[in-house]
Amino acid sequence: MKAKRIYSVTVENRSGVLSKVSGLFARRSFNIDSLAVGETDDPAVSSMTIVSSGDERTLEQIEKQLNKKLDVIKVKTFNEHQCVSRELMLMKVKYNKSNRNEIMEICEVMKADIVDMSMHFMMIQICDTPEKIELLINMFKSISIVEIARTGTLSLSKCAENEG
Amino acid sequence: MNGAEAIVRCLEEEGVKYVFGYPGVAICPFYNSILDSDIKTILVRTEQNAAHAASGLARISGKPGVCAVTSGPGATNIITGIATAYADSIPLIVITGQVKSDLIGSDVFQEADITGAVESFVKYSYLVKNADDLPRIIKEAFHIADSGRRGPVLIDIPIDIQNAPVKNFKYPESVSLRTYKPTVKGNSAQIKKVTKELQKAKKPIICLGGGVKLGKAGAVVLDFVHKHKIPVVTTMMGIGTIETEDPLYFGMVGNNGKPYANKAMNEADVIMMVGARVADRAISQPDLITKDKVLIHIDVDPAEIGKNAVSSIPLVGDCKAVFDDLADEDLSIDTSKWLDELRAFKKELAVKRNPNKAYVDPQGFIETLTDKLKDNAVYIADVGQNQIFSCAYAKIKKNTSFLTSGGMGTMGYSIPAALGAKLADPKRQVVAVCGDGSFQMSMMELATFRQFGVNAKIIVFNNTYLGMVREYQHYSYKDNYSMVSLEGSPDLEKLVSAYDFDYLRLKDMKNLDETIESFISDKNNVLLEVMIDPMDLVKQ
Repeated sequence: MKAKRIYSVTVENRSGVLSKVSGLFARRSFNIDSLAVGETDDPAVSSMTIVSSGDERTLEQIEKQLNKKLDVIKVKTFNEHQCVSRELMLMKVKYNKSNRNEIMEICEVMKADIVDMSMHFMMIQICDTPEKIELLINMFKSISIVEIARTGTLSLSKCAENEG
Repeated sequence: MNGAEAIVRCLEEEGVKYVFGYPGVAICPFYNSILDSDIKTILVRTEQNAAHAASGLARISGKPGVCAVTSGPGATNIITGIATAYADSIPLIVITGQVKSDLIGSDVFQEADITGAVESFVKYSYLVKNADDLPRIIKEAFHIADSGRRGPVLIDIPIDIQNAPVKNFKYPESVSLRTYKPTVKGNSAQIKKVTKELQKAKKPIICLGGGVKLGKAGAVVLDFVHKHKIPVVTTMMGIGTIETEDPLYFGMVGNNGKPYANKAMNEADVIMMVGARVADRAISQPDLITKDKVLIHIDVDPAEIGKNAVSSIPLVGDCKAVFDDLADEDLSIDTSKWLDELRAFKKELAVKRNPNKAYVDPQGFIETLTDKLKDNAVYIADVGQNQIFSCAYAKIKKNTSFLTSGGMGTMGYSIPAALGAKLADPKRQVVAVCGDGSFQMSMMELATFRQFGVNAKIIVFNNTYLGMVREYQHYSYKDNYSMVSLEGSPDLEKLVSAYDFDYLRLKDMKNLDETIESFISDKNNVLLEVMIDPMDLVKQ
């Protein structure tokens, strides 16, 4: 029974920490579905959002092994329903006169922006849930995708009455 | 004061008496500064053995062992020793020299990314970037290595950092690590649950692992066991926590353990695993063995609980603290019927060997040897058939220490570990028992014993084979032997005489007692070669 889990991990912002965390996943054959890393409001602390999948015991081991790493400050875990998740994607597509309007309509419906353009190419930006981003990619598959760059998933647990 | 002097001062502050190692340019500032200190340096003959010697010292002294080697090949050579310590949770401080800071990453002479290479074998590692950080880092390293689940910590120190000035040296009194706070005290609700389950148990059993020794919990655990008359089995790393003659002891579990110990685990209704990983060598099918049973798992490392077996009651905490609390609980159980049952298993499933009279029987030899050794002797078993025979037949007395490379199974461990163990406590008898294969993996250390005047007592089980692998090929490949013959091995009498060792040889059981007595009473360094039937099997 495979399940998905999101690990929101705060770590000491030191050199080599990303490799220690990703190395842990490799060494113990844990999956990384996606990984996003960035600084927090405290420059000494980085935040990692790791999405992984596996059976219950594996998912529990991931949390315990992450906690065991001495550069890890805190591990919070949640499933997709307990958090707000976003990804950012930039997508370059080739267009022509006949499909230009269709593209713009899709972008409007999907709340994507056109952020750059030339005679034959345009760049689309979307910031949304991983599912919505997949959907947009699927819609453009028949149109002609030139290049895609996307971040990993960023997640925070949903706002509760008592935060802290 | 420069960085190198600061390192030495820190080691002095930690009460370090010995540093095992091997020099090279990148660690020279350190080995220059240590000349002005009372800390003694022991030059091993290959870096891996520096870590094993430090491990032997750590296990006997109860304090972290320290080793220091150079960059590049010095550092990569010590990795197996680090991994061996990591697998058995032995506290080590490993200092490696590194090339100049501004050359790191440019693949210069003797540069190796050692912190990257050891990442999965250390509890933590540091690459020092500023000499002023040294006191804090070393204080943290000792704290990390020697608390929670023990383990090796590596400190990589570039040569320019060792030569850089250190302003206002002050060794910190405490550490502040927001990411590291190991749980010591067990959760009181869980302790109540444990007591409740034990109270209900008809057939409880306690399986003691290496964590009991590492947590210095032997006495309090045994008090608990004796008070409630709960039968005990051990893992390989747990051997030495309880006397073999103890009526509550039913041997080592696992695929190389006693059949009646495994039977006891299978028949039990409540299993209490204490400081053990439930790894495959001890419990081959953890989910099967815990089916329909209550598994209480006590470990200082939360990640061990639930990793290999799903436990009914997880209890995270230091062994000693947990058993101190358990001792205060009301518990009264009657295990007399269960003990009778276990005694019957013990009789029924006793292993009867059929030794070849033309050779020495390892069982009889080890039983006699350990019978004649002092109460507080240190017995170090290497890896191979000799290890399994040692685990099965060594007589553990009240204060006997039994050391072996249990997790990693590193051949050649016993001789360097004996060096460290003897230095840790020169008054104790220290005996290394190895095979002809494992002996040849660390025989270069005979010189170290000689150079530093450390008494060596080494026993070599000679069967002219890599016996454990040969036995595996006997059972799994129908005697199609591949890569297991040790023909071409040196004449040990000639070899050890080159190192001024005394030499004894036992070819069959005829002169067993006299030979063992001469071996034990020999004041010189001595090696006893014991001829074993090449076709002998640990599993019969």
